[in-house]
Amino acid sequence: MDYFLELFLGGLTRGSIYALIALGYTMVYGIIELINFAHGEIYMIGAFTALIVASALSLMGMSGLSLLILAGLVAVIYSSAYGYTIEKIAYKPLRQAPRLSPLISAIGMSIFLQNYVLLAQTSDFLSFPALIKEFEFMEPISHIMRSSELVIILTTLVSTALLTLFIKFSRTGKAMRATAQDKTMAMLLGVNVNRVISVTFIIGSGLAAIGGVLISSHIGQINFYIGFIAGIKAFTAAVLGGIGSIPGAVLGGMILGWTESFATGYVSSDYEDVFAFGLLVFILIFRPAGILGRSTSEKV
Amino acid sequence: MAAKWRPLIDKITGEFTKSLLVSAWFMFLTFPLMVIKVRPLERTIEWRWMNLVYIGVGAFFLSFIWRYLMSRKDGGGSEEEGESWQKKAGLRIRTDKKIYLPGLAAVVAFIVIFPFIFSGYQTQIMISALMYVMLGLGLNIVVGLAGLLDLGYVAFYAVGAYCYALLNHHFGVPFWIALPLCGALAALFGILLGFPVLRLRGDYLAIVTLGFGEIIRLILENWNEFSFGPSGIAGISRPDFFGMELSLREHTIYLYFIIVMLVLFTILVVSRLRNSRIGRAWIALREDEVACQAMGIDKTKTKLTAFALGATWAGLVGCIFAAKTTFINPASFTFMESAIILSIVVLGGMGSIVGVMIGAFILILLPEYLRAFSEYRMLAFGAAMVLIMVFRPQGIISGIRQRYEFHRAGQPEGTR
Repeated sequence: MDYFLELFLGGLTRGSIYALIALGYTMVYGIIELINFAHGEIYMIGAFTALIVASALSLMGMSGLSLLILAGLVAVIYSSAYGYTIEKIAYKPLRQAPRLSPLISAIGMSIFLQNYVLLAQTSDFLSFPALIKEFEFMEPISHIMRSSELVIILTTLVSTALLTLFIKFSRTGKAMRATAQDKTMAMLLGVNVNRVISVTFIIGSGLAAIGGVLISSHIGQINFYIGFIAGIKAFTAAVLGGIGSIPGAVLGGMILGWTESFATGYVSSDYEDVFAFGLLVFILIFRPAGILGRSTSEKV
Repeated sequence: MAAKWRPLIDKITGEFTKSLLVSAWFMFLTFPLMVIKVRPLERTIEWRWMNLVYIGVGAFFLSFIWRYLMSRKDGGGSEEEGESWQKKAGLRIRTDKKIYLPGLAAVVAFIVIFPFIFSGYQTQIMISALMYVMLGLGLNIVVGLAGLLDLGYVAFYAVGAYCYALLNHHFGVPFWIALPLCGALAALFGILLGFPVLRLRGDYLAIVTLGFGEIIRLILENWNEFSFGPSGIAGISRPDFFGMELSLREHTIYLYFIIVMLVLFTILVVSRLRNSRIGRAWIALREDEVACQAMGIDKTKTKLTAFALGATWAGLVGCIFAAKTTFINPASFTFMESAIILSIVVLGGMGSIVGVMIGAFILILLPEYLRAFSEYRMLAFGAAMVLIMVFRPQGIISGIRQRYEFHRAGQPEGTR
């Protein structure tokens, strides 16, 4: 039973991270119908920035929770800045282009950013400081759940709740929904579509950075390549839940996390990705628009 | 006098401030990654302030060039002109025998003597470029003609390669018998993948094909009894030439001519397919699925043939790949490979055969010849992909759509 719980919580943690990254995918896709392949790189840049800031600050003698918050904050700011800039350079000039062109530009951007970090920093694995210390009250259950797992799950819950509220009730959120529904119409009604798209990229990138910082601190090491695989997994999660839907991204992330965790625990860690993608194919056969996605019938 | 110069000075200072701002923004953006370098073992930090200066100056000047090119692109006029110029040149080359024949002869002569005048290494590079031409043309059927976004194309490539490698390893099957088998097996896999994804559209299809590609790779990596796992299969035999003993150099030249022949065959088939009944069905399917079904086109059959035919080429190239390197392992069949092949198709210009060929040569030869800059080559490669897309979103050669037009009497056909 303990083993099951451990796997369950491990899957929940993993799923939370996937969900945080998947939110960025889903929001961007919902608005400009682009699979932003560079999104995984944003997550990686977030983790690197946090590592650099945390190392620099800890050498200056800072430690504890303030270090985590400060490093996380800087990572979020920088990732958002990167997300904003990437959109301006690689996607904005392609608004009117054929559909696949921004996709290729995104793949190019992803290659560029990976090699940028590789050249600016290092190709080796860097050890990431454990920014989240073990809490005392977690002592009795520490064999099934680490404190960092608790922090990751709670952070995801809070971020998702805040995001949902933001999209539901804020003015910008309303503009985002309008743009997602019909860009031209939103523009006609006075929504600044370019601004909305920028805000979407900024929020999505910020969430990815939160995910990056938390999981790196949990696992303990990073390199320039982590964004790629995480990006693909998160995109899978977004599609699984129904791309464009925010609860869908969270649900998809959780399902993916659990599948991987249980497959690793009960079958073999070699095949965890096979199970993940197999599940995706299986679900899409029965629900072609994802679990929570609405399948729109095409009007003629 | 001063009033006359006023707008110009304003413009210059305006541009200057803009670039200054861009420069400052990039200095901010690259600060932590470029300037600070942490050495975790010695627990020290290295500050590289010079990098900040490079970035600042570089961004300042590049932003001028960027804005200039952007304004030219948005201007529209020059673009239109370039397009018609391209069209005219293309037409001229195709119709005027005085240009057409010597040009063709020169190209053929160059292709024939290429392996004899260049080193074995150059020939090897050219072989891989031609392999990617074939892969690009194969994927072009699926993506460019049928409009099905396939991100797992490399799976069929892997199927072909492993088909030959395993047949050769266990049963000693020679290259020429294995080649059609590889194509057929890949086509079978194409249909296998095609069935479950028939109902999916656009990006759902993309992720499922991506997943399929990863599943194939992971199985090859982990099923040690079947595929020898990550260590791969070595000692695959090269193509045999009527049982004659060939040196390595001769083998390379022989393989070069095999691939040239296969590329020619591919071009012939693809160009004939495009104007065939099935080719037109693909294009119709790409343009509008509902209308296409209303016209009585069998959607299932059309999609499956696209997948199967696209996969066949990947299988054939996979077989050649195994014969060329004599060693394969799953690391050659990652998602990045699919992304590169897709980039070849989109970068060159979707649906255009010449475009795909140019795309393949750029994307395969560029990193090879950028080796001089060794570590910066992939950086430059990524940047080039973004820039080509930003400044030529329709691809290098935009596919010429076949149009039917009414011509006034007296106006000869094909003047447009």
